Amino acid sequence: MIINFLIAAVLAGAPLVLATVGEIITEKSGNINLGVEGTMYIGAVASLAGAVAAEKLGLSGFGVAAVSFIAGALSGMITSALFGFMTISLRVNQNVVGLIITIMGTGIGNFFGELMGQGAGGYISVTDETKAVFSGIHIPGLSSVPVIGELLFSYNGMVYFSLAAALAAFFIIKKTKIGLKLTAVGENPYAADAAGVSVTKYRYIASVIGGALCGLAGMYMCMVTNSGVWVHGCISGYGWLAVALVIFSAWNPLKSIFCSIIFGALMIMRLYIAIPGLNPFIYDMCPYIVTSIVIIITSIRKTGKDHIPESLGENYYREER
Amino acid sequence: MENKKEKQRFARIIKRPYISDAHSLIIRVIAFVFSFIVVSILLLCMHFNPFNVFAVMLKGAFGKEFLIRETVKGTIPLVITATGLSLAFRMKFWNIGGEGQILIGGIAATAVSFIFGRSIPQWVLLSLMAAASIIMAGLYGMIPAVFKAKFKTNETLLTLMFNYIATQLIVMLQNTRSWQDAANNFPKVRMLDFYSRLPRVFGVHIGWIIALVMLVLYYFYIQKTKHGYEIKVIGDSMETARYAGINASKVMIRTMFLSAALCGLAGFLQVAGADGTLSESTAGGVGFTAIMVAWMADMKPVRILIMSAFIAILNRGAGNLQTVYLIPSSFANIMIGIILLFMLGCEFFIKYKVSFSFMSGRKSSAINDKGGRYDY
Repeated sequence: MIINFLIAAVLAGAPLVLATVGEIITEKSGNINLGVEGTMYIGAVASLAGAVAAEKLGLSGFGVAAVSFIAGALSGMITSALFGFMTISLRVNQNVVGLIITIMGTGIGNFFGELMGQGAGGYISVTDETKAVFSGIHIPGLSSVPVIGELLFSYNGMVYFSLAAALAAFFIIKKTKIGLKLTAVGENPYAADAAGVSVTKYRYIASVIGGALCGLAGMYMCMVTNSGVWVHGCISGYGWLAVALVIFSAWNPLKSIFCSIIFGALMIMRLYIAIPGLNPFIYDMCPYIVTSIVIIITSIRKTGKDHIPESLGENYYREER
Repeated sequence: MENKKEKQRFARIIKRPYISDAHSLIIRVIAFVFSFIVVSILLLCMHFNPFNVFAVMLKGAFGKEFLIRETVKGTIPLVITATGLSLAFRMKFWNIGGEGQILIGGIAATAVSFIFGRSIPQWVLLSLMAAASIIMAGLYGMIPAVFKAKFKTNETLLTLMFNYIATQLIVMLQNTRSWQDAANNFPKVRMLDFYSRLPRVFGVHIGWIIALVMLVLYYFYIQKTKHGYEIKVIGDSMETARYAGINASKVMIRTMFLSAALCGLAGFLQVAGADGTLSESTAGGVGFTAIMVAWMADMKPVRILIMSAFIAILNRGAGNLQTVYLIPSSFANIMIGIILLFMLGCEFFIKYKVSFSFMSGRKSSAINDKGGRYDY
């Protein structure tokens, strides 16, 4: 029971890890992309379309998964490149562009998802073989170890990928020169520019990489959570949760793993834990209430090291240097 | 500037010192036409004739008298919410929480309707519902403002979270026995009694009159009152406001109350006027769309009205598209997105002059020494 709950929490938390890490990378450069939700929708529908197209081409198993993966990442990159173009090059307000991307992305996802469904006569789905690739792995020996085997070695590949992405992001941001420059751009772009760091380049690249991860988070929602079927409104606020999780995890990719799993647990708690006399739907409110409290607490006790990037949300006007 | 190598730059961007109204209008019109070209290309890719599609959309918004009424009905919440959000945006307070504030307004109105039923005169009941929605939503929106004023808490993210708390509150109410229909167990809030519905004028609930009144009030509040002046000063510069002796915290909290109160009013109108029931789609994305309406309209009342009507027309039109061509109505969102991206993007070309190197053929390094220029 408890093990099932933990496993379900990890499975629900994995897309949040991907999206949160993506958004952390974006926000580290000083760009706040509120379009995570929209990017995830686009990634979801693109990965599904990619998978279906690959199946039609005669690929199977991991081939389909690879095409789907690339489609999800690529669509996220294109979407966030658009975000970058609007905010970095054309200097439009980041909040507004992010919201437009959310609205447009939600539209694109549901539109093409339904259109594909109509084309396939009712609803669209991948084959069972493809579904099997996205269900849990089984490592002989390791997976059958009681408790630990189930807890550590029973997930689908995307879960391990998301953990690896978080670790890699942590390493790059905290331990390398590139990460230092990225942080500098996010903290004070004017100083970074004066020191010879190209603000435009760093912001573009950070946004695009972040977008790729958000697109993959969308792919996870579509291919793993909904097992390769298009469900209307399938992202259902996960993107916004990721935006909140960035604060919750204090812009630290490593912390985001734990925070995402906690949130994943909160999302599915209703199905596992029942307190008599309490409306079970109050659980669904928890992630948002907890995040609100965290936002408030972090603002009250401004801890020095892990705080919000100084120039977050501000576009860079070089001529005002 | 920091580039030592002399290389031909792709584009040079120069801030315009002045632009005539006619010139900026031309740029906006060009952007608008471009956005429709992009939409048309998208439609052509899906083997639809764009002109037919636009005709169907227009017919869906204006074709029959009742359709015009529906379009007006769709405009009302956008106008009121955008007006409310504009109040906050004027002082650079990012109220992303319109959606949640609408829902709280709707919940408050529904609660009052359920509590009093038919026990009091109808006009008293409706006034009470309106008052409850305004006050509850106002207080709900005030919370982030209080924290922002006290601790500089990020209001964008806090108001955002409050949207979801409100949505979940509605889901909870839908699963609460006393809010459901007595006859069945559907997880839905029961319909409002006809007694607590808004009267109609010209076939549309009186919300449209309220919306117009709110626009006028907004204009006077911002342009003619001390409060409005304080909001504008804070929006321009927090430092100036402090220097002028304006109590920024007080103004922020007060303005956010009004901003959220207007959103709550929109929620009341949706519940008691348009839908007749409370559901998680009571707000239906209006809170988010209104953000863009307010921004595109530059927080100006007449433009808010025009933009809201435009979005409502697109939404209605896309609804008709679904019935005629089986194009999913989500197409409206794609179209809104494309048009808004173009309209926002063109602002850049109004503020800045861009000359491309392949057009002028000059080496950009020659004019690099001037301070106001920006190489790119």
